[in-house]
Amino acid sequence: MDEGLRSELSKQGIFTTTLEDLYNWGRKNSVWPLGFGLACCAIEMIAASMARWDLARFGAEVFRPSPRQADLMIVAGTVTKKMAPQVVRLYNQMPEPKYVIAMGACAISGGPFKQGYNVLKGIDRYLPVDVHIPGCPPRPEALLHAFMTLQRKIDQQALTGPQRPRHLIAEAPSEFPVPEFGEHDLLPPKNPEVWQPPVMVRGE
Amino acid sequence: MIATPESSQYELRPKRLADGSVQGDLLEVSMGPQHPSTHGVFRMDVVLDGERVVKLKPVFGYLHRNHEKIGENTTYLGSMPYTDRLDYFCSLTNNWAYALAVEKLAGLQPPERAEYIRVIAAELTRLQNHISLVGFLLQDMGAMGTPLMYAFREREKILDLFESLTGARMMCNYMRFGGCRCDLPPGWLEQARQVADEFPRFLDEFEALLSENEILLSRTQGVGVLSRELAVNASITGPMLRASGVNYDIRKVDKYGIYDRFSFRVPLGEHGDVYDRYMVRILEMRESLKILQAALREIPEGLILDPKAKLRGFRPKPGEVYGRIEAPKGELGFYLISDGSPKPYRYRVRPPSFINLTILEDLCLGHHVADVVIILGSVDIVMGEVDR
Amino acid sequence: MEPLDQIKARIEAAVPGASVEIVLNAGADGQRSLLMDNPHALAVARFLRDDPSLRLDYASNVTGVDWLDAVIQEKRKVKQVIEGVEREIEETTEQRRPGYLEAVYHLYSMELKHGPLILRLRTGNRTDNPRVPSLTPVWRGAEFQEREAYDLFGITFEGHPDLRRILMWDEFKHFPMRKDYVEPNDYEYEPTPHDEVLEKTKRHYPA
Repeated sequence: MDEGLRSELSKQGIFTTTLEDLYNWGRKNSVWPLGFGLACCAIEMIAASMARWDLARFGAEVFRPSPRQADLMIVAGTVTKKMAPQVVRLYNQMPEPKYVIAMGACAISGGPFKQGYNVLKGIDRYLPVDVHIPGCPPRPEALLHAFMTLQRKIDQQALTGPQRPRHLIAEAPSEFPVPEFGEHDLLPPKNPEVWQPPVMVRGE
Repeated sequence: MIATPESSQYELRPKRLADGSVQGDLLEVSMGPQHPSTHGVFRMDVVLDGERVVKLKPVFGYLHRNHEKIGENTTYLGSMPYTDRLDYFCSLTNNWAYALAVEKLAGLQPPERAEYIRVIAAELTRLQNHISLVGFLLQDMGAMGTPLMYAFREREKILDLFESLTGARMMCNYMRFGGCRCDLPPGWLEQARQVADEFPRFLDEFEALLSENEILLSRTQGVGVLSRELAVNASITGPMLRASGVNYDIRKVDKYGIYDRFSFRVPLGEHGDVYDRYMVRILEMRESLKILQAALREIPEGLILDPKAKLRGFRPKPGEVYGRIEAPKGELGFYLISDGSPKPYRYRVRPPSFINLTILEDLCLGHHVADVVIILGSVDIVMGEVDR
Repeated sequence: MEPLDQIKARIEAAVPGASVEIVLNAGADGQRSLLMDNPHALAVARFLRDDPSLRLDYASNVTGVDWLDAVIQEKRKVKQVIEGVEREIEETTEQRRPGYLEAVYHLYSMELKHGPLILRLRTGNRTDNPRVPSLTPVWRGAEFQEREAYDLFGITFEGHPDLRRILMWDEFKHFPMRKDYVEPNDYEYEPTPHDEVLEKTKRHYPA
C-alpha cells in the first residue's frame, strides 16, 4: 500500500498498518531495562533517567529490579571475572525477546583496565551484544542515542523469513553457558559461539 | 538444607516451645551482587532468624580492577586518570590526594592560586557527594525517586561547572603534581558564585521535606548505633566517625593545603545512629558552603603550576611517602614507594569505604532486613573504592 | 609526638626482649619507620596503643610490600696502597639480599591528634615461610586490610580471626600483586597493540 493512499485514508480517520509494524511499535516503545549498574557508567545511567535527560519518555519507564520482568540489560561498567558468571546467569534468567547494550569502554573491551588479571575484556565474550556505546563514561545523551538506535533496530526486525530475530527461531539458544571459576582464569575464557576474535592481518 | 517430610531433622512447621516462643530454622539469604539497593556490586551473606539478622558477612571483589597493579606499571602521571575511577563520585578529591602524596615525595609546592582552586573544587565535590548520598539513602528507604531527583538536579549544576573547568563531567583528571592542569575559564567564578548562592535555598527546601519527617525519624533513629570506642578501634573515618562523637577531621588535624585560613566548624553527632550520620552530612554541607564562598571571594591571581615541576621525565628520588586528605567519604590516603624510576615500586590506595565496612556486621546485628539496607546506605560506600 | 629514637628506647624498656630498628627513608618527606621482630610485635603494638603519651589508637593504613631477591651494591671509600702511594679509592661490594614480604602499618592518634608512626613487620622469606603475627586483636581496623594483604601477596597473618580471600574468588590459586605473577593469556584481540602487548597478541596468531 503506497504512502499516498495511506495518508488519504488517515485523513479520513482510517489507519492502516502491517502486523509487523504494529508488533514492533509496541515492543520498541516499552523496553524496560534491568537495573544493573556495575561501576561509574551506572551513575551516568542514573543521570540519564533523572530530570535533565529523561529516559522515561522513550518508554524505559521503570528500571525493573528483577531480571524476570526486564527485557533490556544495560551492562554499565567494568565486568570483572568474579562478576562474569553472575552477569551470564542474569541474562539467562531474562525472558525472550531480550537485548543487551554494552555501555562504556569497559563493557565493550575491557576499557582502561584492560591489562588486568581480574578484568573480563568485554562482555561480548559470553553474551551477544546489540548496541555498543563508546565513552568513558559516555554522556547521558550517548545513552539516549543508543536507546534510539536499539529502537530503530527493533523496528526493522521482520516477523517471518530467514532474517527474523533470535527469539522467533526455535533452534537458536536463548541461554548461554555460565563460566566457572578456575585456578587462574575463568573456564572457559570465552564462548566461541558468541565471539570470535577478528583475525589481525598485520603488515610486518 | 531442604526440609522434606521424611527427614526427621527439620520440621516443616516451627515448633512451639513451653514458654510460648517459636523455634524455627535460620534462613541464609544472599543479598546481591545485583540488588536495587546495594550501591553497586556488593554482596552480603545474611543469616536471618525470622526477620532479624543473626550473622552478616560482606563479600566483595566484584569490581576488583587491579588498580594497584596498573599503578606499578604506569608512570606517576599516567596513574592520575585511574585515580578518577576509584571513588567515581568524587574524582577531584581523589586527584588531589594523589597529587598531594606525590608532591610530598618529590618536595614540590603548588602556588597560591592553585591551592585556592583545589579547595574550591574539593568543596564542590563534597557538596555533590553528600546530596547524592542523601538522595540514595532516601531511595533505599522507599522514597522512590523524589529526593534523588532533587539531588541530581543540583548535582547537574555542579557537574556543569566541572565540565567547563576540566572538560569532563565525572572523570576530571585535573590536578597535576605542583598545581592544576589549566586555569579557570573566563566567567567561571561568577557561575560558581551563583551556584554557591543558590545552594542554601535548595538545602533549606531539602531539609524542610526531610529532617523533621516522621517516617525518616522513626526509621533512622536508634538504628545502627556505632559507639565511639568501636569507631576509633575499627579505623572508621569521615562523617561516620564524627556522627559517633569523635572530633577528627583531617582538614583540621593535618591542615593540608590552605585549610587553616578558613574558619569552619566540625559537626559532631551524639548517638551514632543513621539519623546522626544523615544530619552530620547536612551540616557538613553548610560548612562547606562557608569555605566555598570564602575561597571564591579571596582567590588571588597568579600561576597555577609550580615552576619547578617537571611533567615529562618525572623521576622522584627513592623513598616512601603516605599522603592523606579528608575525602567526602573519609580518609583517602596514598602510600607510594619510589625506587628512582619513572614508575612507582609500590602504589597503594587507602580506601575509606573499604575500611568503614569492617563493622557492618556489628551495626546490623539484631535489626530487621529492611534496616540492613538503610545502614548500608548510611555507611556510604562506592564499590570502585572498596574493590579498587 | 616524641622523636623516634626516644620512642624506640621506651619500647625496648617496656617490652623486654623486643628488638626494634629504625629504617631510614631517603625521600623528601624523610619519615623514618620502626622495624619490629615478629615474636614481640603484639606486645609492642599493645604498648603503643595504651601508653598515655603516645595513644596510637588509629591504624590508618595496613599494606603489604613485595621485595624480590636483590643485589645491593655498596660503594665505600677504602684506603689502599697502589704503586707505593696510599690512595683512597671507591670499592664496590655486592651483597645478596634474599627477598621477603613486608607488612607496613601507619599509626595515628585520634585522641592526641599526632602521628604518623610507621611500623614494619617482615616475613622470613617469600616462598615457604610468609608468616607474620596479626595486629587485628589490637586494632580492629586492620582486619580487612590484612585479609587483603593475604589475598594479594600471600602473607599469612597468625592470629587473624577470619583469614580468607577477600577480593579474588576463593578458587584462585596465585597471589596477584607479587612481582613475579604471570597474568592469564587472553590477549587475542587488541585494537591498537604496541610493545609488549603486541608480543602477547602475536603469540595467538602463529602464522
